[in-house]
Amino acid sequence: MDAIVRDGSRLNEVLLVRLDPNELDETTRPRAAEGIVAYSAICSHAGCPVTAWIKASEGNDDVFKCMCHNSEYDPRRGAQVVFGPAPRRLAALPLVIKDGVLVIAAPFIGKVGGQQG
Amino acid sequence: MSITSTTIKQWLLSSAVAFSCLAAPAAIAGPIDNYSPVTPARLENPEPGNWMLYRRTYDGHGYSPLDQINTANVKSMVPVWTFATGVVEGHEAPPLVNNGVMFITTPMGQVIALNAKTGDQYWRYKRELPEDLFQLHPTNRGVGLWQDKLYLATTDDHLVALDAKTGKVLWDKKVQDYKKGQYLTLMPLVVDGKVMVGGSGGEFGVRGYVAAYDAEDGKELWRTFTIPAEGEPGHDTWSGDDWKNGGGSAWMTGTYDKDTKTVYWGVGNAAPWPGNLHPGDNLYTSSVIALDPSTGKIKTHFQYHQNDSWDWDEVDAPMLIDLQRDGRTFKSLIHPGRDAIFWVLESTPERIKYVNGWNFVHTDVWKGIEPETGRPIVDPAHKPTLGKRVDFCPSLWGGKDWPSAAYSQKTRFVYVPANENFCGGFTGEKLPLVPGQLWLGTKAEDIGLTVRPGADHFGELQAWDPASGKKVWSHNFPKSQLFGSVTATAGDLVLVGGTNDRMFRAFHAKTGELLWEQKTNSGIMGMPVAYEVDGTQYIAVQSGWGVDAQRIQDALAKGNTGLEDNVPQGGVVWVFAIKK
Repeated sequence: MDAIVRDGSRLNEVLLVRLDPNELDETTRPRAAEGIVAYSAICSHAGCPVTAWIKASEGNDDVFKCMCHNSEYDPRRGAQVVFGPAPRRLAALPLVIKDGVLVIAAPFIGKVGGQQG
Repeated sequence: MSITSTTIKQWLLSSAVAFSCLAAPAAIAGPIDNYSPVTPARLENPEPGNWMLYRRTYDGHGYSPLDQINTANVKSMVPVWTFATGVVEGHEAPPLVNNGVMFITTPMGQVIALNAKTGDQYWRYKRELPEDLFQLHPTNRGVGLWQDKLYLATTDDHLVALDAKTGKVLWDKKVQDYKKGQYLTLMPLVVDGKVMVGGSGGEFGVRGYVAAYDAEDGKELWRTFTIPAEGEPGHDTWSGDDWKNGGGSAWMTGTYDKDTKTVYWGVGNAAPWPGNLHPGDNLYTSSVIALDPSTGKIKTHFQYHQNDSWDWDEVDAPMLIDLQRDGRTFKSLIHPGRDAIFWVLESTPERIKYVNGWNFVHTDVWKGIEPETGRPIVDPAHKPTLGKRVDFCPSLWGGKDWPSAAYSQKTRFVYVPANENFCGGFTGEKLPLVPGQLWLGTKAEDIGLTVRPGADHFGELQAWDPASGKKVWSHNFPKSQLFGSVTATAGDLVLVGGTNDRMFRAFHAKTGELLWEQKTNSGIMGMPVAYEVDGTQYIAVQSGWGVDAQRIQDALAKGNTGLEDNVPQGGVVWVFAIKK
């Protein structure tokens, strides 16, 4: 997208990671740019920031982890919840490389923010 | 086939008729008729059948004088009704009861009014929380009661007054700014028309406070910071500007001595965690402060440990007990601390004096306690510092975290939900403060929970005689932490949940014998209560696992303990009585 997000809300914080494109599932691959994927950094459980890139509690892959309540998300599979109390995956932010620059291709897919009740 | 409008109308009509026929006749909805106003006299001397304060009485004993359910008949105790809150995460609040009306609170800022006899709902209030709220501790510990109003402290840092009869909002005051990591989880303490709250946020670099609001209109009456500013007594226990973000949150309900008109409030950890980032004693972190509720003035204080470096909040307010010890009776403050020390203090008009202290779980942090001052003597090898991994026992959750101990006025024992054999550690790191973000002084992923070699249990329900300092009995939990508040009754029962097997248990107060247990829907972090309606005694508790009980479970499941991370979440109110 051409617009630059100028809102300082923490709901606009995103996670970026470059992965082997062959590791991405069919849903994730079209949203990735040369293996780079982006997700909302706001945990879907209690709205804490997802801050860690760490070995999964169950399995050997590195995953995103929220250190507040230990929810883990696998960015290779659309940030699916693989551990912890989070009720749903992180919202995905599709990316594309345009003129050699990494840009956002579309708005968030999925709800940004924690659960309300 | 098309459906005509007539058909639709007929379908709607028949469906409505069917619903009205099938609807449960017991279902009722507010408002509440004949609600009993909560007067100062009723709070100072509550009727035996009611539970209207956090620990039932201002002195914080967590003791009910009801004895219809007792050691002889508790084996016949059965559930009489349950109520699903529909909310996940840690349900930590006591079910409060005022003459047959029960108020519960849930995580995410809900208040539900129920008929305490039948479990039927009168009304429900749901706080609409901001989308960008960062809830480190998604919980709530209850509403304050005063006259015909209720007071809810919210995680988006507001104090909300509700009409007790209808649940309608009467006023809503912003206390501080949730975007800076300031939030509220405690049950407000109401004394003489003043609604007192203390702020959370010790992990966000806040400067803690206790504030009082006018119960009628929500006007802020006073605010006392737990870290003294320049020119105030105690400020010289800080260096430079460390005091401005030094922690000292105050996120648990205080206790109140109605004779001396003194509120005792527990104060939390210093921030960030490693002590060499804030050199000095750091008053009034990890302390109890004695406040004048009419002005907020700090009368005196006692600091449990200096230069906190272990995240050992001492927010659980002391129990106020007239203690017979060493041939005299005195006003004591009893506090089984997160710092692993069982504190016995004496409250005098001039100051709070150290009387005795002993380790109630294993610790490698203290070499002893100075007998004159009550200052613990620290072993520097187990005090977190910068740039080096330091381990210490107990863990940062302490010997006893915020869940309350109880005092039985019959047995004169103190019942402590302790955790034994846990240690922890982290590597201190100097990090910049960014308002609204965690500021621990270490990486969150570096925080460890370890089990001592050879440990045969974790949770330990302990009975202590505060007069002699002797442990009377203990019940060990081989495969679980103990993370729930304890309540004692005149039926010589000690009630507690807190374990990962989802059990709610009753123990014999004198012997520690397990008399009764019931598996519930989830793990219990909530506070048990006893109450009476129409001559029948009930026991109530919320079951709903989450927050730090869950965090410890996650850590145990990752270790070589053989435990799984499989405690289900979801809140349910359970109410029990003797089977007729």
